[in-house]
Amino acid sequence: MDYFNYPLDTKTLYRKKAKIRRELSAQSSMLKKKIAVLGGSTTNELVEQLNIFLLYYGIDAEFYQSEYGQYWQDAMFGSKGLDQFAPDIIYVHTSWRNIDVFPEINDTMDDVDAMLESEYGKFRAMWEKLEEKFHCPVIQNNFDRPNYRLMGNRDIWDYRGRSNYVSRLNQKFYEYAQNNHNFYINDLEYISQDYGLSEWNHSLYWHMYKCAMCMDAIPYVAQSVANIVKSIYGKNKKALVLDLDNTLWGGIVGDDGIEGIKIGMEVSKGQVFTEFQSYCKKLKDIGVILAIDSKNEMANALAGLNHPDGVLKPDDFVDIKANWNPKDQNLKEIADELTLGVDSFVFVDDNPAEREIVSAQLPGVAVPLMDTAENYIKVLDHSGYFEVTSLSAEDIKKTDMYHAKAKASKAEATFADYGEYLDSLRMTAYIDDFKTVYIQRIAQLTNKSNQFNLTTLRCTEDDIKIMQKSSDYVCLCGRLTDKFADNGLVTVVIVQKAEDIFHIRLWLMSCRVLKRGMEDTMMNALVEEAQRYSVSKIIGYYYPTVKNSMVKDFYGMMGFVKVKEDEDKNSEWELDISHYDPKKPHMQIYNCRV
Amino acid sequence: MSKEEVLSKVNEIFTDAFDREDLVIGFETTASDVEGWDSLMQMNLIEMIEDEFGMRFDMDEVVGMENVGSMIDIIITRI
Repeated sequence: MDYFNYPLDTKTLYRKKAKIRRELSAQSSMLKKKIAVLGGSTTNELVEQLNIFLLYYGIDAEFYQSEYGQYWQDAMFGSKGLDQFAPDIIYVHTSWRNIDVFPEINDTMDDVDAMLESEYGKFRAMWEKLEEKFHCPVIQNNFDRPNYRLMGNRDIWDYRGRSNYVSRLNQKFYEYAQNNHNFYINDLEYISQDYGLSEWNHSLYWHMYKCAMCMDAIPYVAQSVANIVKSIYGKNKKALVLDLDNTLWGGIVGDDGIEGIKIGMEVSKGQVFTEFQSYCKKLKDIGVILAIDSKNEMANALAGLNHPDGVLKPDDFVDIKANWNPKDQNLKEIADELTLGVDSFVFVDDNPAEREIVSAQLPGVAVPLMDTAENYIKVLDHSGYFEVTSLSAEDIKKTDMYHAKAKASKAEATFADYGEYLDSLRMTAYIDDFKTVYIQRIAQLTNKSNQFNLTTLRCTEDDIKIMQKSSDYVCLCGRLTDKFADNGLVTVVIVQKAEDIFHIRLWLMSCRVLKRGMEDTMMNALVEEAQRYSVSKIIGYYYPTVKNSMVKDFYGMMGFVKVKEDEDKNSEWELDISHYDPKKPHMQIYNCRV
Repeated sequence: MSKEEVLSKVNEIFTDAFDREDLVIGFETTASDVEGWDSLMQMNLIEMIEDEFGMRFDMDEVVGMENVGSMIDIIITRI
């Protein structure tokens, strides 16, 4: 599947499209989504490419395409097709070709300002209409640079220049994006410039096919949109596992010694590695987990990481594996310790043999082609592994939390009795309902949690808001702190009330707090809710997926009785609350709802 | 490369593009002979042929193509 890695193999992506689609469609347990593409130009080819990129990311999308150029009409006045389609995501594929009017050389600044407001108003009205009607994420292209600069260099700063006008319009789009967080910009401006603007704007494609860019550039646009979509649905990579020698510094620390490795600003090769370390550190700042997987003695590895000119320090990594074991084995261990699937990992190594063994032994790990140090940043940055669509406080603190987890698992060993260990964690649980500040995090959890997730009900922020407001639902969430860290919001329970029965539509918990008793706390809270509403019975549902087998007996352990199971092993469990034996979790509990 | 050799490479492209292993084209083949050869497919075919032979058609050439043979006549002069 190398053609999906940077630089894209567009030739194969076109030639073997049908075959690639067939092969990828055969994967099991894909996320099914409906995507409406509202285009200001031809969108057929883009949709086909988007389709295969999404399949590659494990998303099986069904598409609606507006009639040619009808993006605005479809959105503003509705179309039966679009309404019936009921999209999960809307992508508005417009380009500078769709700008109604451009400034003329005789226009005054006021004329141009008014023109700008009117053009922006057209788009804003459309986005508001889409939000009102469909309550779903909207992805909107910004504008690429037009095909000519009438005034040459002046075109970019003079208010009458088309380049200047496009740039101002884009700023307005970004302000809207800042203030509406279910709205995402697909950065067409960057894609076009990165691709090469003159070729991108090759006018044959517009005049013959009404295609907004040259055909060869379309897979890059598709990749970019697919990155946003997969990020929204929690399919980003989570961790970056790095080699050391010739990956984080030049040379081999075991052979060259700490004095001999190249890092720091003295020599140009050292600068390349310093810049790469600094890039990795910034990835950590946006919530990417870093770990080391290196064939080295631990003492040498640590000496290298403590190099005074290095940017990354041992504490930046949640785990350092420096030994002589096969790298795939190390990576698998890191994954198990962090309770993450290997498909959450990106493996970075300069050595093709190591990359080969990891990609062969652990399918699902992304293994980018890192051929030469000066290209490392470029390759990673173009991959979209860590596309950011939401940036929560939890993401920013992630390394601290995983560190705490690693420390906690070490501490665990010294206690004879597990209860004593839990007590030593000095945990406090806070039970709350869906306060507005939690909505984003809750939606994120419903899309990211796979293992401790009974029904795998995926929700958008709008879905969450609807349930939060509805009197038919009881919504609980829980935060857990311990002596090491604030784990943040880690568990969500959504219950639907029907007469005197509670139906548990969603029960999930972050694996970060597995085996802490947080689920006991939530069950106690739920039963208290049931008593408050004079409900006599709670029904839980378990829908198996490839990843959630750890909770297949969850309801049984909670005292429920299995009443139904179909051939797909979907099961239904009942609890008569008069028989409920309250759990005694090892933590302090604050119920913020009462 | 002879016209026959170009035709055989173009045939491979058609096989991929239409996802039909059994598709056989000749110099006289036109869009109306092959099911699914619409303007979108035309755009795809042109792109794949340009990629394969490392050349570009200009707009007049694309508009003027009558059949596979006239497409190959242009390719021959460019490679």
